[in-house]
Amino acid sequence: MTALSLKRIYQDKLNTVVMIMALTLVITTPLIIFASLYTKSSMLFASDHSLWDLLFSSAWEPTKGKFGFLPFIISSIEITILSVIIAAPICFLVAIHLTQYAKHWFVKIMYPVTDILAGIPSVVYGVWGILVVVPLVSDVIAPFFGIQTTGYTLLTGAIVLSIMIIPFILNILIEILNTVPFELTEAGLSLGSTRWQVIKHIILKKAKPGIISAFGLGIARAFGETIAVLMVAGNVIKIPDGLFSASYPLPALIANNYGEMMSIPLYDSALMFGALILFVTIFLFNLVSRIVIYRLERSL
Amino acid sequence: MWGIKLIGKKTEELIFKQLMRLANAIILFVIGLIVFTIMRKGLPALSWEIISQVPKGGYYFGGEGGVLNAIVGSIYLAFGATFLAFVISLPSALFINVHLQKHKKLQDIIRLFIDVMWGIPSVVYGAFAFGIMIYMGIRASLMAGIVTVAIFIMPIMIRGMDEVLKMVPKTLFESGLSLGSTKYELSYRIFFKQCIPGIATAILLSFGRAFGDVAAVLFTAGFTDNIPTSLTQPAATLPLAIFFQLSSPIPEVQNRAYAAAAILTFIILAISVFGRMALRKYKKNSIN
Amino acid sequence: MNQSKIEVKDLNLSIGNQHILKNINCKIPSRKITVILGSSGCGKSTLLKSMNRLTDLYPKVKISGDILLNNQGIFGKEVEVTDLRKKMGLMSQRPAPLPMSIFDNVAYGLRISGRKKKLQMKLRVEYYLKVVNLWDEVKDRLKAPASSLSIGQQQRLCLARGLAVDPELILADEPTSALDPLSSQVIEKKFMELKDSFTIVWVTHTLRQAKRMADHVIFMYLGEIIEQGPAEEFFNNPQHEITKNFLNGSFN
Repeated sequence: MTALSLKRIYQDKLNTVVMIMALTLVITTPLIIFASLYTKSSMLFASDHSLWDLLFSSAWEPTKGKFGFLPFIISSIEITILSVIIAAPICFLVAIHLTQYAKHWFVKIMYPVTDILAGIPSVVYGVWGILVVVPLVSDVIAPFFGIQTTGYTLLTGAIVLSIMIIPFILNILIEILNTVPFELTEAGLSLGSTRWQVIKHIILKKAKPGIISAFGLGIARAFGETIAVLMVAGNVIKIPDGLFSASYPLPALIANNYGEMMSIPLYDSALMFGALILFVTIFLFNLVSRIVIYRLERSL
Repeated sequence: MWGIKLIGKKTEELIFKQLMRLANAIILFVIGLIVFTIMRKGLPALSWEIISQVPKGGYYFGGEGGVLNAIVGSIYLAFGATFLAFVISLPSALFINVHLQKHKKLQDIIRLFIDVMWGIPSVVYGAFAFGIMIYMGIRASLMAGIVTVAIFIMPIMIRGMDEVLKMVPKTLFESGLSLGSTKYELSYRIFFKQCIPGIATAILLSFGRAFGDVAAVLFTAGFTDNIPTSLTQPAATLPLAIFFQLSSPIPEVQNRAYAAAAILTFIILAISVFGRMALRKYKKNSIN
Repeated sequence: MNQSKIEVKDLNLSIGNQHILKNINCKIPSRKITVILGSSGCGKSTLLKSMNRLTDLYPKVKISGDILLNNQGIFGKEVEVTDLRKKMGLMSQRPAPLPMSIFDNVAYGLRISGRKKKLQMKLRVEYYLKVVNLWDEVKDRLKAPASSLSIGQQQRLCLARGLAVDPELILADEPTSALDPLSSQVIEKKFMELKDSFTIVWVTHTLRQAKRMADHVIFMYLGEIIEQGPAEEFFNNPQHEITKNFLNGSFN
């Protein structure tokens, strides 16, 4: 009996150690990523590149040792904001519809649909973008504004990206709207509100911090998306001067040039610095948004 | 005055309801369009040759062969990464839910942190791994790809498992302890067993992610026309094969990219449907 | 019993394939407290909420039969459901303060019914906060969020909010179940005062509370009404076997 117990106790202790090790490994990963990206990119600082120059210069000539990230940063910001602007109203309306108005059968259709949309790999979105969105922009949208383009533009990238982030934002919005207690709806209706008034005055107000955070998470997601955008956004190194100008977001830069980065001095450090910018921005956006959402769920 | 106001309010609601219809229609239309476009372009180009053969000489200039190397590579990579991630995710998720049962604050912080990790894009994981590989002098290989992708899908898997483990009633935890179970037994004999279908769904979801990812494997797994026979060899992956073939100017090669995209879409849809079925079964069980 | 405010006729309600209310027939007398009594899950809340048609919101709900308010059917097409609901103030189990200030919680109902004059609004809010004995406790922080109040205060605020829109009935769904004994007492007392001016339907599963408050009792079990009648008769001379068991406390 005691021998058996002893065995069980050791087994339990050993298991606890294994579990703690596993979890520690998971938790420390971001720290390791940050440390390693920082170490690598710090060589840039060591060789006379100021942080200011790296972030705000637009001279990108790796062979001459000039690494101005501004065109890529601006491209990334523009394409991200534009995609969220396109996706936001759609997500917002659908989330309200599915949580407040929709019939049960419709919800049952839309959930798998958004799951499928979320599951389609990035590269397939890219293929679809080339087949459908690029011609749409070059043959329909741009000519409408009297502009000639190849179709590989900021706008194209943003459209493809917006569709990719819709299921992501939508899922979070639905989750957040569902945390608003049903009693509030009942209370509002009992005071003589219409359904729409309840939504506008009560539910959206209650969920507001969460809704903003959902879009924060969407921004972070869009900012880091790589392959699909790379395939359709044009990839010309300059600050985009309009919707129909080609753009070159940060993730595309990293993915496109990893092959050559060992052949030019400091190029590898520069690309790691690009990854560091991505990492820090996205980490912070995620952190703040998630904290707000946690607080919201806690307060209910 | 009263009546007009009420009518005004109803109009606003009516307008928004129409807009909601439109938004729903856009989503349904787009998903339809995506699947339709990929299948229409891909299915005609699809042939037995593409699925069953590796690229032969001159393949990327329109020569004979197929993408079997990439299909097999992706399967190896996704299975390997999913397995590796599972080995680490399951103990982590169980630890959060069993050992930390009483430490709500710590649970919250860990969950928050993992959620934040979930948001980090695969290109960052890829670049990070590439940096490490250069530093340690490791070349692109199946193994490197598996490790990178495993790290990338771990947060997804842990949170997926966590969501179902969270549902295990507290009474089960308490009664288990009072019966004299150790936390180890509680973890694997009760919590794990209770949640097998939900955990399977989390695994399937992560598998889908691993299968479809490009940015992380681009740096780490390399690309080759052969089917890898060991973990140290480079491996082609299906998404990457699509990406490379599509950048070719030759229409025949592009067509094969479409065919490969159709295969990839089909596999991902199958995984999604499968996952859904498993989850439905799970829900049925948990209600009764 | 000649004056009944609400009359329920052959009401059946099911959600999906669950039959929640079965052949409900009952009358709610005017300006009295009617207690709907029964153990949890017997459908008493659902019956309450079908009276102001909150049950419309339940997914997959099917309703047959009719409910008459002042002798008029409430399910008819011509019925303006917002007006119907405004006639019945609702108090839920847990207080549900709206996500706005204390003042706005009471003013909200007034505003959406189109009343805008500032001074009048102030006076009305003050009046109703006084009715529920909350004014002295909150008069210095009317702008504070309603969620900053204690649970007991929140529940009284919800009552003030409901009264402010001038309802004919008050539907109370176990409004004291989340409160401490002292706050419960305050609410119960308030309702005893209010019954002179309002028709009150009070749902509860506690026998003692029902005995304290009821003028009229409707006893439900598993979706059916087992027995109903004036409180005195019901408690002293129950007819049905199930009722007797329930009153003896040998029930679960």
